[in-house]
Amino acid sequence: MKKIIFILFTYFIVCSTSNALIKVDITRGNLDPLPIAVSPLHVESTSENLENLDTKKLGVNISSIIEKNFKSTGLFNPLKREAFVQKPDIAHLKPRFEDWRLIKAQALVTGKLSVNNNKLKVEFRLWDLTASKEMIALSFTTTPSNWRRVAHIISDKIYERLTGEEGYFDTRIIYVAESGPKNQRVKKLAIMDQDGAKTKYLTLGNELVLTPRFNPSNQMVTYLSYFRNLPRVYLLDIETGKQEVVGNFPGMTFAPRFSPDGKKIIMSFAKDGNSDIFTMDLETRKVERITEHSSIDTSPSYSPDGKYICFNSDRSGLQQIYVMKSDGSNVKRITFGNGIYGTPVWSPRGDLIAFTKVRKGKFYIGVMRSDGTGERLLTENFYQEAPSWSPNGRVLVFYRETKSGAQGKGFSAKLWSIDITGYNERKIKTETDASDPSWSSLLSK
Amino acid sequence: MKFNKNLRNIFLILFATLALSACSTAKKSQTSGDVYTGSDTVEYLASGVKDRVFFATNKSSLTSASRETLRKQATYLRKNKKLNVTVEGHADERGTREFNLALGERRANAVKDYLMTYGISGKRISVISYGKERPVNSESTPLAWSQNRRSVTVKVK
Repeated sequence: MKKIIFILFTYFIVCSTSNALIKVDITRGNLDPLPIAVSPLHVESTSENLENLDTKKLGVNISSIIEKNFKSTGLFNPLKREAFVQKPDIAHLKPRFEDWRLIKAQALVTGKLSVNNNKLKVEFRLWDLTASKEMIALSFTTTPSNWRRVAHIISDKIYERLTGEEGYFDTRIIYVAESGPKNQRVKKLAIMDQDGAKTKYLTLGNELVLTPRFNPSNQMVTYLSYFRNLPRVYLLDIETGKQEVVGNFPGMTFAPRFSPDGKKIIMSFAKDGNSDIFTMDLETRKVERITEHSSIDTSPSYSPDGKYICFNSDRSGLQQIYVMKSDGSNVKRITFGNGIYGTPVWSPRGDLIAFTKVRKGKFYIGVMRSDGTGERLLTENFYQEAPSWSPNGRVLVFYRETKSGAQGKGFSAKLWSIDITGYNERKIKTETDASDPSWSSLLSK
Repeated sequence: MKFNKNLRNIFLILFATLALSACSTAKKSQTSGDVYTGSDTVEYLASGVKDRVFFATNKSSLTSASRETLRKQATYLRKNKKLNVTVEGHADERGTREFNLALGERRANAVKDYLMTYGISGKRISVISYGKERPVNSESTPLAWSQNRRSVTVKVK
């Protein structure tokens, strides 16, 4: 298997970042998306064509991915290429600002690329059309097969520059790919780029697998597998394919998640009908009990500073969300609304907890502050659950199942995303039915 | 004319009432509370020994009908001393996946515990939870969900 691929960053110009007139307000939702023109990247005529890569088309392909990324945020409105008024290479040198303003663009992305000696060199510029000035200019050198990642990194840089927030395009989503009838579902671990490209299956589907979760600091994954009919938490290195059982528990372990530093796995261990929360240190292999209660304690998730844990428990009689210190002390219930609550996940920004709520036969994905106040329900459906945060804490990905008729007719499971503003709900395209998504951190960080 | 219309309305109401009561009696015969009481999905370990018991939403307590089923299972297991079983715990699709895994485990253990009180060694009974992963009825209806909230005793071969 391939080692992590390095992308070489070489900053060749970094322009003045002050005095820009355009800025995208990310907190308001998509009421007024910013019109942006992404000029196809100019391909230098000296570029070599490669065996499995049409270099000539690379410029258009990269700009198409950038456009798609921008559109998916709901914050930008990429303009149609047919209306563009300048040739890509000339625009990249110096746009005729007044001409671009005529087609109502407020920001412009230009760039060029070359492929020589099996190296892809890309440079791009972001222009503020209102202030008639360059906002950012960067160049990268990498292996040509990495061209998709280049498109995602450019998208991240532009998103960062225009919103003031970190981007989330150069990321992947791990999920469970589903097929077959509802009562005999075949489930495989699958991984794809955030935009649905480059799907890869990591298990064969011989055993049931559930709830994969990314390590926030590297490309390890933890998940539940029914290998040999023993449901246990596993650790998987997606680069090497190596996997192992986590801990030596005499019963089912489930609901795993990494600590924010990636050094521990926190999970539930079920024994004699009682599920409690445990951690295992991945270096020392030391197992620690965190909760001890006769109720079900599950779905634990650390705060980003590692000091607290939110989790799901029915100790009050029904499923509710609790917060405790990471040593298990100071347990406090934080949900008191009507209905039951599950799958709490702490935002990577630390301010919010996302959750699933069930009330009167409807399922909701929502967010609340970490003390339980300020509950906001973002979306209502027949069945949906298991939110996972984008690394910048602005978007949630979750899965939704449809109501099914006799013999499971009409049943499907799909991934969806929604902004925490409650706007921009989108279905994420997957090759098969899909559930249990987990969003990686930025790969190029 | 008017009389006819009234008559028709009366008939319509009568018909609706009949249909409604037919519906509710059909339901009554299948579930009590929301615990499934029918036998549509039930299989048998031996003649007269049902393989499964059903649960109320979010609950793992055994109904009197469930206890009767399990006493028969215990008798059967006492007679067949070499037989080991796995108790599978299941939940319906109306809960979150992780919590359902815990709930299935709790249900399977409720069955195991009851069998043990009738003298069956815990060593002969293993438990496994499938949460909501293996429904017996794939339809999204309250009746299907009640059939899926179950613990099934399976012979180990």
